[in-house]
Amino acid sequence: MSDVSFVRTEMLPEQAPPASEVGAIGWIKHNLFSSWFNSILTLVSLYAIYYVLSGILPWIFQSVWNADSLNQCREIMLENWGSTHGHACWAVINDRWLQLLFGFYPSHLYWRPILALILLLVALAPVLYSDRVPTKMLIFSAIYPFLMVWLMWGGTIWGPVSAALGFVVGWGAYTLLSKQLSELIGLIGAAVAAVIWWLVISGYFTGAMDSILPIGIEAVESRQFGGFMLAILLGVVAIGVSLPIGIVLALGRQSDLLIVKYMCVGFIEFIRGVPLITLLFVASLLLNLFLPPGTNFDIILRVMIMMTLFSAAYMAEVIRGGLAALPRGQYEGADSLGLNYWQAQRLIIMPQALKISIPGIVSTFIGIFKDTTLVSIIGLFDVIGLASAIRADTAWNGIYWELFAFIAALFFVVCFSMSRYSMYLERKLQTGHR
Amino acid sequence: MKKSVILGVATIAGLAAGAAVAGTVDDVKARGKLNCGVTTGLVGFAAPDANGEWQGFDVSVCRAVAAAVLGDANAVEFVPTTGKTRFTALASGEIDMLARNTTWTFSRDVDLKFEFTGVNYYDGQGFMVPKALGVSSAKELDGATVCIQTGTTTELNLADFFRSNNISYEPVPIETNAEAQQQYLAGACDVYTTDASGLAATRATFENPGDHVLLPEIISKEPLGPLVRHGDHEWGDVVRWTLNALIAAEELGVTSANIEEMSAGTDNPEVNRLLGSEGTLGEMLGLDATWAQRAIKSGGNYGEIFAKNIGEETPIGLARGLNAQWTDGGLLYAPPFR
Repeated sequence: MSDVSFVRTEMLPEQAPPASEVGAIGWIKHNLFSSWFNSILTLVSLYAIYYVLSGILPWIFQSVWNADSLNQCREIMLENWGSTHGHACWAVINDRWLQLLFGFYPSHLYWRPILALILLLVALAPVLYSDRVPTKMLIFSAIYPFLMVWLMWGGTIWGPVSAALGFVVGWGAYTLLSKQLSELIGLIGAAVAAVIWWLVISGYFTGAMDSILPIGIEAVESRQFGGFMLAILLGVVAIGVSLPIGIVLALGRQSDLLIVKYMCVGFIEFIRGVPLITLLFVASLLLNLFLPPGTNFDIILRVMIMMTLFSAAYMAEVIRGGLAALPRGQYEGADSLGLNYWQAQRLIIMPQALKISIPGIVSTFIGIFKDTTLVSIIGLFDVIGLASAIRADTAWNGIYWELFAFIAALFFVVCFSMSRYSMYLERKLQTGHR
Repeated sequence: MKKSVILGVATIAGLAAGAAVAGTVDDVKARGKLNCGVTTGLVGFAAPDANGEWQGFDVSVCRAVAAAVLGDANAVEFVPTTGKTRFTALASGEIDMLARNTTWTFSRDVDLKFEFTGVNYYDGQGFMVPKALGVSSAKELDGATVCIQTGTTTELNLADFFRSNNISYEPVPIETNAEAQQQYLAGACDVYTTDASGLAATRATFENPGDHVLLPEIISKEPLGPLVRHGDHEWGDVVRWTLNALIAAEELGVTSANIEEMSAGTDNPEVNRLLGSEGTLGEMLGLDATWAQRAIKSGGNYGEIFAKNIGEETPIGLARGLNAQWTDGGLLYAPPFR
C-alpha cells in the first residue's frame, strides 16, 4: 500500500481576494461595467455629467464678484477670459444680497430679524428634539410668537402683551365656566371672552399701559418687509398655525356632530378647490374694495391669514389620511380604557396618526414655503419680486440667471433641511412594526 | 324692511367713502406722507436702488407732488403695484395717486372713473429686430415670429397693425420684459415689440446693442401720465399743476441751479407767478405760495428729470422726440400760469 493521500491534510493559507473583485476596482467592475450594455450606459452617463459640469462649473467659479454694473462685469470678463459667455456676474449678488435677504428693512435694525430667527430655532428645539431638550423650554416656545411679532414690527411692547393676555382671559373663562356649567359652554365662553378682549378692551389696555410705562423699540412698517425674510416669516407663520388648525379640521371632518362636520368639509373643499393665487388676489384687492376707505388692514397680515387657511385645508386632508390608516382597534382600545374623546385623541390616536402622516405633513410644509414666492404677483417684494426690481435698475438690467440661482440656493437650503429633519424624525419614531 | 336697512347701510358707507375721498389734500397733509403707486420695477421709470431708495422718471413726479404739498420730497410712501393691482389700489384709496407709466385711454378715464392729470411721457409701440435680419420697415415682417407681452394693449395694437397691412405673424406669448429679453436673445422670436422706451432700455442692456435696430414705425399712441380718482377735483388740480409746473419751468428756463436766484423775483411776470413772488396761485390751490418752487427743487424741471433718468446721457439713451417742449417741435405744452 502506498502512502499516497488524496485528501489535503494541511489548510492552504488564506489568500487576498483578487484585485479585480475588491476595493475601488471591484466596486467599479460590479457596479459600472458588469456587462457590455452597462458599460455603454456608464460611458454615456459619464460624458453627460462631464458635459453639464464643464458648462456649469466655469460659469459658477470663473466669475466676477466685484463690479458696479452688468456692463462693467462684461468688460472684466472680456479682459480675463476673452468671452462674456459662460461666466456668472455674481457682482449683482455682492451688491444686493442684503436687500435680497431683508428687503427694505432698515439696515440699522437688521439685528432684529436675525435675533428673531435665532430665537425661532431656540423655540423650535423643544418641539423638534423633544428627547434632548428639557420640556420646560416649551414655556419659551409659547412666548415666542408674541416676542417675534414685537421684534419684527417693533413699537410698544404692550401690543403683543395684550394679545397674549387674550389667551389668559380665554383660559380663565374656560376654567371658571367649565367647572360650574359644562365643558362645551366653557369652550364657547372662553372664545367669546377672548374675542371681546381682543376687539374691545385690548386697544384701551395697550393705550393705558403705554402711557403708564412706555417700553418700546423703533416700529417698522409692513411695507418695508421683503426679501427672503418675508418668505421665512410667511412660511413660519403658515406652517406653525396651519398644523393645529389642520388637526382640528381633520377631527371635525370625522365628527358625529352634523354642523361641525359640514362646516369643516365645506371649508376644506372650498379652500382646496380654489388656487392660492386667487386667495391672494382676494386678500390684496377684493378686501380693499369691501373695507371702508382708510381702513388699515395690514397687507402682510392679510396674506398670512390666506396662506394659513390654504395650508390648513391641505394639512387637514393629510392628517385625515393618517387617521384613516389607523386600525379600528386603536379607537376601540381607547374606548375600552374609559378615555373620553379628547384623552383618546391626545394619548392614543394623534401620536400614531401624526407619525404616519409625517412625510405628507412635511411635503405640505415645503410646498407652502415655496408658495410664498407667489406674493410677488400682488406687489409684495419677496425675493422674486426684488429680483425683478433689481433688474429694473439701469446698472443691472439684463441680468437673469445669477439672481435666480441665488434664490434657488436659498430655498434649497431651507427645504432640504426640512426634508432631512422629517427623515430623522421618522427614524426616531420607528417602532419596528415592519 | 330688510332691504331698506341694507340700502341705508350702503348709503352710509357710500357717504363715508365720499367724505373720505373728498379731501385727499387734507388726508395727505394729516398723514404727513403721500402714498404714491409706482411699478414694481421698470428701467428708468421706477426702481429701488441698493439702499431701497426709489429712483426714476415716474418716481420724480411723486416726489414733486410730495414736495409741493408737504414740503418734503422724501415724504412719499411708494406702493409698488403690478399691472393687475394698480387700478384697484387707486380706486380703494390705498394710494393717493398712481404714477405707473399708465396709458391714458378713454375707458380708463371714463369707465374706470379715474382722472388723468396730464401726460409726462409720450410713448408708442415699436419693433426691435436683429440687424442680421436685414429688415428696414415693419411692413416687411410678413410671417415673422413676434415676442409680445400677453394681456397688454400692445397685443391688440400688434394684431391691428398686421391686419391693416394684410401681413401675417406668429405671436410668442411672454409674461415679463426680462423673459422677453432672454427669449429674443436666444432667437425664439425674430421681433420683439413693446413701448419704444422699453425697447430702447432693453437694447441698452445687450452686449452688442449695435447688432439690433429699432424699426421706424411707431404703431400706437401711448400717452403715459399720472392719475387720481374721479371726484376729488382739488387733489386732481394739485397733481395736474405740479406736473405743469415742472414742464413750464423748463419752458421758462427755471432750473434747479438758478431757482434760488429766480425766486427772489425776475423781470418775467409768469416766472414770478409760478415761483410765488407775485400773485396768489398757491393759495388758489390750497397750498402756500412757494409750492411750485419746492416741486421744481425736488428733482429739477421736466428737462432735468428726463435727462437724469432716461435721457441721452443715461444708458437708456432716449431722445426727447415727442417729449420736447412745443417750442422745440415736441408735444409738451403747459397751460399758462395766470
